Amino acid sequence: MRIAIALVLWVLPQVIFAQEWEDRQLFNDHASEQKLRIISSTDTSFFTPIIKSFISKYPNVAVEYLVTGTADIDRIFRATPDAFDVVISSAMDLQLKIVNDGLARPVSNVPLPSWAQWRQSLFAFTSEPAAIVINREAFAGHPIPDTRQKLIEALRARPEIFRGRIGTYDVRKSGLGYLFATQDARASETYWRLMEVMGALDIRLYCCSGDMINDLSDGTIAVAYNVLGSYATARVESKGAIEIILPSNFPTTMMRTAMVSIDAPHFEDASAFIRHLIALQSGSEKAAFPLPPLNSKLNDVERSTIALEPALMTFLDTLKRRRFLAEWEDAVIQKQQK
Amino acid sequence: MTRNLPTSGSLRNHLVLTLIGGAAILALLLFFAIRNYATQVAQQGQDNILGASVTSILDAASIRDGTIEVDIPYASFSMLSTQSDDRIFYAIYQDETFLSGYPKLSLATVSGQESIFQSVKHRGKTVRLVTASRTLIGIEKRTQIRVALAQTQDALSGTLAQISRNAALFGTGFFALAALLSIWASSTTVGQLKRLTNSVTRRGPQDLSPFEKPVPSEMLPLVTSLNSLMQRLDHSLGQSEDFIAEAAHRVRTPLATVRSYAEATLQRVDKEENRQALRSMVRAIDESSRAAGQLLDHAMITFRADHLEHQNLDLVALVNELVVRLMPIAEMKDLELRFHSDAQITYSGDPVLIQNAVRNLIDNALKYSPSEGTVNILVTAAPNVHVRVCDSGNGFPSEELNTLATRFKRGKNAEGTIGSGLGLTIAMDVARAHGGNLQLSNGTEGGACALLSL
Repeated sequence: MRIAIALVLWVLPQVIFAQEWEDRQLFNDHASEQKLRIISSTDTSFFTPIIKSFISKYPNVAVEYLVTGTADIDRIFRATPDAFDVVISSAMDLQLKIVNDGLARPVSNVPLPSWAQWRQSLFAFTSEPAAIVINREAFAGHPIPDTRQKLIEALRARPEIFRGRIGTYDVRKSGLGYLFATQDARASETYWRLMEVMGALDIRLYCCSGDMINDLSDGTIAVAYNVLGSYATARVESKGAIEIILPSNFPTTMMRTAMVSIDAPHFEDASAFIRHLIALQSGSEKAAFPLPPLNSKLNDVERSTIALEPALMTFLDTLKRRRFLAEWEDAVIQKQQK
Repeated sequence: MTRNLPTSGSLRNHLVLTLIGGAAILALLLFFAIRNYATQVAQQGQDNILGASVTSILDAASIRDGTIEVDIPYASFSMLSTQSDDRIFYAIYQDETFLSGYPKLSLATVSGQESIFQSVKHRGKTVRLVTASRTLIGIEKRTQIRVALAQTQDALSGTLAQISRNAALFGTGFFALAALLSIWASSTTVGQLKRLTNSVTRRGPQDLSPFEKPVPSEMLPLVTSLNSLMQRLDHSLGQSEDFIAEAAHRVRTPLATVRSYAEATLQRVDKEENRQALRSMVRAIDESSRAAGQLLDHAMITFRADHLEHQNLDLVALVNELVVRLMPIAEMKDLELRFHSDAQITYSGDPVLIQNAVRNLIDNALKYSPSEGTVNILVTAAPNVHVRVCDSGNGFPSEELNTLATRFKRGKNAEGTIGSGLGLTIAMDVARAHGGNLQLSNGTEGGACALLSL
C-alpha cells in the first residue's frame, strides 16, 4: 500500500509535468551533481549545440531543458520561480515585466551593451526579425510582395487563392505573437488594414511558429505573417518551397532574452550559463550558435529592433490588453464569422 | 649673547591654523550646499517626468459604452527609461476599485488637479510615487480615475553619487586652494616681521640710525619704539664718547705742562738718582698723553665713521706724505722706511680717517722695530685697494692675532713700549667704516705685518 502511494506520488507530478512541456530534454544526465533547469520558448534543436558546449566546459553540471510557449513560461515561472534557474523567452515584454517585478537576479560581468540588457538581469542574445513567409507556388508568376502594403494588394487581387490559406499567430495565446502584433500596430496603421484583409480571408491562427511553417511547407497555407525568420531558415527541407521576406518598410525585430531566476537553486551555474550564452553569441561560429546573433548595427532604420525599455509593459496592462485584443478580434475573428 | 626667550606660540602657525580651519568649514558647507541643491534639482527632474507620464496616462482615460478604458500611451512608460533601467510600478483605480497595474502599490488620496509626490517603500525599495486623479463624467454618474505611478531611484542615486563626488572634489579643491592661500598670506605677513628682524640683525655694531624703510601700519608702533630706543642709546653712547674725548683733552693739556716742567727740571738736576726719577716721570707722562691723544683720535674716528665723508683722493700721495712726515722719527731710531706703491690709486674715502689709520700702523711698526731695522710700506690696488705695513721686529704673539685689535688690548711683548692699545683698534674701525678690514699676520722671516684693506 505504502509502495503504491509512494509510486503514485512519484509518478503523478511527473505525469503532470510531462504533459505541460512541448519538449523536455536532459543533457549530461549522469552528472547528477547539479541539475540546471532551463525553461525556454526556443526549440531544443537550436539550443542543443549551446548546451553541449556549455557542458563540455562544465562537465559536472546536468542541464534540463524545458520548452513551452511564451505565455506559458510567464505563467509557470511566476507561479514557481524557485523551480527554474534560467528563463529564456522570445516575448520581450513578458520577460521585462518579470524583471521589473523583481523575479530575476542580476548577473554581473555580462559583456553586453546597455541596449541589449536591462537592469543587468535581462540579457538579449539574438536579433530576429518578424518575416512574411510565403509558399513560392502560390506566388508563381506573380510579383513577390516585399512590403505590407504590397501584401495587402496581393491578397486583395486574388482572394480565391488565399482564402483560408493565410496564417498568423493567435495573439491571445502566443506571447511572441502579441508582442509582434502590438509593435506592428504601434509602428503603422497598415497593420490593422492588413489584419482586416486577412480576417476577411478566413485567417488561420497558430500558437507557434513551428506549426505555421509546417503548414506553409506542405502548401496548406500560402502566406504566414509575422513568423520568426530564423525558424523558417532552419527548415532546410522546406527551403525550396518557401521564401522569407523581411518587410522592407519596418521589419519588427525581436531579441530573444535570458535571465536568471531570483530563487534560482543553482545561481552560480545559471550565471555561468548566461555568460557562456553571451560569449557564444558574440563569437562568429555558426555551428556553435545556430541562432542569429545580436545585430550590432542597432541604429539601422531598416531593422528597427524592439527596445528593451519599461514601455514594453504598456501593452501588458490589463485595460490596454483588453482593448487591443478586442480590436484585434474585431479585425480578425468577427469577420470570419460573417 | 643670544638667549632663548620663552615663546607664546607661533604667530604664523596661529594664522595658518585659523585660516585653514575656516577654509575647511567653508569647504564642508559648500559640499553640503551643492549636494543638497543637486538632490533637489535631481528629484525635481524625476518628479517632472513622473508627473508628465501620469498626466499622459490620465489623458488616455475615457468612458466607452459605460466602461472605463485607459489606453496607456506607449510614450508614458517610454519616457521613464533611465540609464540605470529603473523599475516602474503603476496602479489605476476607478473610485476605490482597482482596475489595472500593481494592486499592492499604495496610493495617496488626491482630488482635483493636484498631483501628489511621495517617497515610499514598495517591495522593499524606495520609490518615488506620484498620484494624480481625473474626474470623468459619464452618462449616469461622475467617476474619479486615480493613477499612481512609481519609479525606483537607481538612476537618481547614481546621479547624486556622481554629483556628490564632484562636489567633494570641488570642495577639496577649494580647500586646497584656500590652504595654499592662507599659508602664502601668513608667510607674507610674517615675512614683514622677518624683514625687520633681518635689518636689525644685519646692522653693524655702530649703526644706531633709525629705520627708514616703510613698514605695515600694524608694525609702525613697534618700529617707532625701536627707533626711539635706539635714538636714546645713540644719544647716551655719544655722551659717553664725548665725555671720554673731553676728559682726554682736559688731561692732555696739563700733562704737556707737567712734561715741560719735568724736562726743565731734568736739565737742572745733577744727582743721577733724581735724573732717573725725572726720566721715568717724562716717560709716564708721554705714555699718558699719547693715550689721551689716541682716545681723542678714537672718539673722532667713531664720530667720523658714523658720518663718513666720501671724497676722492689719491691714496699713494696720501700715504707718501705721511711717510715723508714720519721719516725724521724713523731716522732718530735708525730705522729705514721703505715706500712701494702703484703710480696712483684713486679712492673714495675719508682722508683724515685713512691717514690716521695708516699713521697708527706705521707708528706701531716704528715702535716695535729694533734699531737698524726696516719698515716696508706697500700701497697697491691689486687685487683690492690695500695698504700693508711690515716691520722687522719680533712679530705679533701668534695666539693673540685675533684679539689685538680690541680696545686697550696690548700685546704681551709690548711691555716697555709706550702705547695705549688703541692704535690697531683705530685702524680696524677705519677699515670697517670703509667696508674693509684689518688683517694681522707675521712674516715668514719674522716681523709683523698689518694689512689694511679698504
